[in-house]
Amino acid sequence: MSGYFLEIGQALVALALAPGLVGFVRWWKARLQGRRGAPPLLPYYDLRKLFLKEVIISNNASWLFRFTPYLVFSSTLAVTLLIPLVAAPLPFDRIGDLLLVVYLLLLGTFFLALAGLDPGTAFGGMGASREMTVAAIAEPTIALSIFGLALGAGSTNLGRIVEQTLAHPGAAISPGHLLGFAALFIVMLAETGRLPVDNPSTHLELTMIHEAMTLEYSGRYLALIEWAAGLRLLIFFSLLVNMFTPWGVATSLTPAALGLAVIVLISKLAALGLLVALLETRIAKLRLFRVPELLAVSFVLALLAVTSSFLLR
Amino acid sequence: MEADIAIIVRQIDERARRLFGRSLHIREVDAGSCNGCELEISALANPYYDMERFGLHFVASPRHADCLLVTGPVTRNMAEPLRRTYEATPNPKIVIAIGDCANTCGVFKDSYAVVGGVDQVIPVNVFVPGCPPEPVDILQGILSAINRLPAK
Amino acid sequence: MLTLFIVTVSAYVLGMLAALFSGRSAIGRGLVAAGAAVGSIAGLALGVVVITSGIPFALASTRFLPLTGVALRLDGMGAFFLVVVGLVGCAASIYGFGYSAQYAGRYSLRTLGVMLNLLLLTLTFQVMADNALTFLVLWEAMSLTAYWLVVTEHDQRGTVRAGVWYLAMTHAGFAALIAMFLLLSSTDLTTSFASMRAGSALLSPAARNAVFLLALFGFGAKSGIIPLHVWLPMAHPVAPSHVSAILSGVVIKMGIYGLLRILLDIMGGGPAWWGGVVLGAGAVSALLGVLYALMEHDLKRLLAYHSVENIGIILMGMGAGLIFHSYGLMTLAALGFISGLYHTINHASFKGLLFLGAGSVLHATRTRNMEEMGGLIKIMPWTALFFLVGAAAISALPPLNGFASEWLVFQSLLGGSNIPTPEVAIVMPIAVGMLALTSGLAAACFVKAFGITFLAIPRSPEAEHAHESPRPMLAGMALLALACIALGLAPFVVVPALGRVLVGLGGLPDTHAVFSFNLYLVTPSNFAIMSPTLVALGLLAVLGLVPLVMLLFRANWRLRVGDSWGCGRVGQTPRMEYTATAFAEPLRRVFAELYRPTKELSIDFHPDSKYFVQSIEYRSEITPWFEKALYGPLLWFIRLSAATVRRMQSGSVHMYLVYVTVALLILLLIARWS
Repeated sequence: MSGYFLEIGQALVALALAPGLVGFVRWWKARLQGRRGAPPLLPYYDLRKLFLKEVIISNNASWLFRFTPYLVFSSTLAVTLLIPLVAAPLPFDRIGDLLLVVYLLLLGTFFLALAGLDPGTAFGGMGASREMTVAAIAEPTIALSIFGLALGAGSTNLGRIVEQTLAHPGAAISPGHLLGFAALFIVMLAETGRLPVDNPSTHLELTMIHEAMTLEYSGRYLALIEWAAGLRLLIFFSLLVNMFTPWGVATSLTPAALGLAVIVLISKLAALGLLVALLETRIAKLRLFRVPELLAVSFVLALLAVTSSFLLR
Repeated sequence: MEADIAIIVRQIDERARRLFGRSLHIREVDAGSCNGCELEISALANPYYDMERFGLHFVASPRHADCLLVTGPVTRNMAEPLRRTYEATPNPKIVIAIGDCANTCGVFKDSYAVVGGVDQVIPVNVFVPGCPPEPVDILQGILSAINRLPAK
Repeated sequence: MLTLFIVTVSAYVLGMLAALFSGRSAIGRGLVAAGAAVGSIAGLALGVVVITSGIPFALASTRFLPLTGVALRLDGMGAFFLVVVGLVGCAASIYGFGYSAQYAGRYSLRTLGVMLNLLLLTLTFQVMADNALTFLVLWEAMSLTAYWLVVTEHDQRGTVRAGVWYLAMTHAGFAALIAMFLLLSSTDLTTSFASMRAGSALLSPAARNAVFLLALFGFGAKSGIIPLHVWLPMAHPVAPSHVSAILSGVVIKMGIYGLLRILLDIMGGGPAWWGGVVLGAGAVSALLGVLYALMEHDLKRLLAYHSVENIGIILMGMGAGLIFHSYGLMTLAALGFISGLYHTINHASFKGLLFLGAGSVLHATRTRNMEEMGGLIKIMPWTALFFLVGAAAISALPPLNGFASEWLVFQSLLGGSNIPTPEVAIVMPIAVGMLALTSGLAAACFVKAFGITFLAIPRSPEAEHAHESPRPMLAGMALLALACIALGLAPFVVVPALGRVLVGLGGLPDTHAVFSFNLYLVTPSNFAIMSPTLVALGLLAVLGLVPLVMLLFRANWRLRVGDSWGCGRVGQTPRMEYTATAFAEPLRRVFAELYRPTKELSIDFHPDSKYFVQSIEYRSEITPWFEKALYGPLLWFIRLSAATVRRMQSGSVHMYLVYVTVALLILLLIARWS
């Protein structure tokens, strides 16, 4: 029973941390650029303000446009119930494995792309087209990384993967793991819309991928979509840190272990966020038609990861 | 910021002031200006003035915006787009007109190509005079609109 | 069981008679549809009874059809395919009642009604065939009735050509099948499958390999494996839409049925390279199918290419199963075959649904070209909703059925880590990568297909004046949509049933208790656990909670309708929307090495000045590799041979007398020396 409370608590922790993570990365980027920067808690104020603003809908849009923010938010929130954020294994671990997580995120992307096409603007269509291209080409890498992790852990269920790495610490520095981390890191940049794939703070529509689909959204719908984007960033960060370096994840349900897990999670997320901010400050955005080359590099890394796992068994 | 240079034209709803106190998303609209005001506005985003630390942020679409920053005497061609931009911004919203052209058409007054000041087309809350106004004055205008100026 | 069988057959026969005698009136069409629907439902019930009871249904045909060599027996696997026939047949018939109204007076409704019922009848008997002769006769009957249905709209452009290609390819496959059965039954085509099963172990390895290759060619031509797929994107779009649904949903699955029957059941599996070839063919078909589908803007051609893709996915599951079977990993082999079969029925339901939806759009807008549609979601809300369910299902989005079966295919490929030889095991990750790419590209393609067709503003007057589909058509689509949802939410019912179907085939153990319990799907040695049902419940719960919480925290609920934001432009026309070609353009560039798009640009300048342009014409086409490189030379060679042989037909009686004399001399010589 306490496990189910833990699940709900974990989702609430994710909801609470997500805007902070986005703000934190943005704050570090500003600092690295020599500016004072927006306060790290700014996304919370943004969300509060957006929920209190009215919504304007295009007269070309259909029910799909109004339904999509709820679906995107719900599917992303549902994922946070399945991934090992603070503890592993979780009671809901048996409901879904890593493949389900990937496809639930694809569900959100699918409907967001449709919502980009709905108002009939060219920007929305362009954003939808680019987003689906990047999502489609990132899929093989994700699948192969899952294969690599599952080979090592003997399961695609996330709890088991975390447990396995905790039990065999030496596996964390095996070539398979390191290559898999590199591959998933590149995919994370692509799926969450960070540089060098997509600039999250651009105003130039021709350079947008994710933002172009949300240009028509306002008010509470925009708040839900922004929050879902933050959750997506949190999910990918957590998968990276908790599957490859799972120390700190609680294996028992004592308050001490859980408290420690939350603190360790926040520090791991902060470290990865700093790394991403550093990367974003140093790297320029790639031309759209160079992005598949980058994703092909990540695919090769993932394939090497799997091959080395096979050969070194 | 010694002199209180901004002119409040229309009172801003107290609820809007409280809503936008910490986070204001701004959409910049060029209604036919010479781009002098635009350069001063874009200077607000550089590390020296850094408007982001006040929670001000430029956005790409009026649907995401709380505040419209309008420059330029409204030329005939831009009158309708300006009106549409205003309609496309969700309530509650603030309109800030930057520069002498936005106020009284400046040097283009009575020209065949202009319709009038910004308040002839859409309701304006704050005017910031100057040709062009300094970035500090623009910042003061925006912050006074959301009641963030330190008390005198 | 016998009563169900009699009901099935008589319903189809009554449907055929109704078509013959009163095909043109609405009542006649209704009777045709009713006959087909009742027959399908009875067939489905028969299949379900056979699967759940585990008792095969044998028809002692020697009593009432003596000396014809017809033998009919319905075992578990045949019953499963009968369920597929029944599901799609029922929905398509109900849909066809509304759809065929537009054919009155233009095309022969009699032929349509007779051939529809006859096709479903031959499909029913096909899965019951128990010896080679019956199988082959019914196979040919199925192909011919399908051909007649494909060329229903015979005066439309491209229909007759599509029919000719269909006929040619299916007969090429048929020739291979005859050769294969001759090998298997040692030239006595009336040997039952049971004796063939016993005799297959005695065949030499060369003969077994020959059987495998012939089976792959023959059944592959029917299913549309690359490179035998060229007829599919020609024939399926031109057929009436409910027939397209049956063709894509059921008829191409008969190829899968044949492969399973021959390779697993009769031959009892084979060496690992068989599975490797099937897996490779499947992976290539899946990837190339979806890549060509992405570039299509004819809605039905796009769906036809997706059928090629999904057949590829089914073959990937089956190939994995064959590989595991050759290594003796029986549980994993069963998982592979179960995933392939599950995807079979899932594809039948969502592809049938999509074709019916495309038919509704065609019915309303009189065009198949996506670039002329748009905004249909407001005019045809129910059709749009059903099409969306089909699109989400084919993109493998949880919690619908496409996800459940693709998850199982992934898991069976992931089981490749258990294969002892690393050279074979390395094939599995590559297959996993290809399957994932296919799945992502399919999602992109259906965002395009649904988005451009139904969303935004109508791009042509035809789309503006569209109308919602009549109720029978909506009913057919609703039936398949419900099937998609049910098959997705209840895999723990489907998977044990499939496990029971596979018992004993090729020595597979009874796995109906292994792969699922309660609400969960489990793979061997607890490699993975998943429950689509609970996922659906969870999603619904969160979906319901979010607005409630928002209301609780007093979010602003006001909503205003305005124009689309277009940077303040005045007015919006359909020309400003995104087009299907534009949507697929990034992917066209990424895969340009495959597509090799050609570009033609012709600019008309103003006669007075080169700085003014009167008109610009831009034309870009992708290079059809298989037609150019494979079929082009083949057809050239056939024509050349035919031209050479034609010279013998000189028209001169003297030459013919010489031919007769020479032939007589040769015969006499042969008789003399034998």
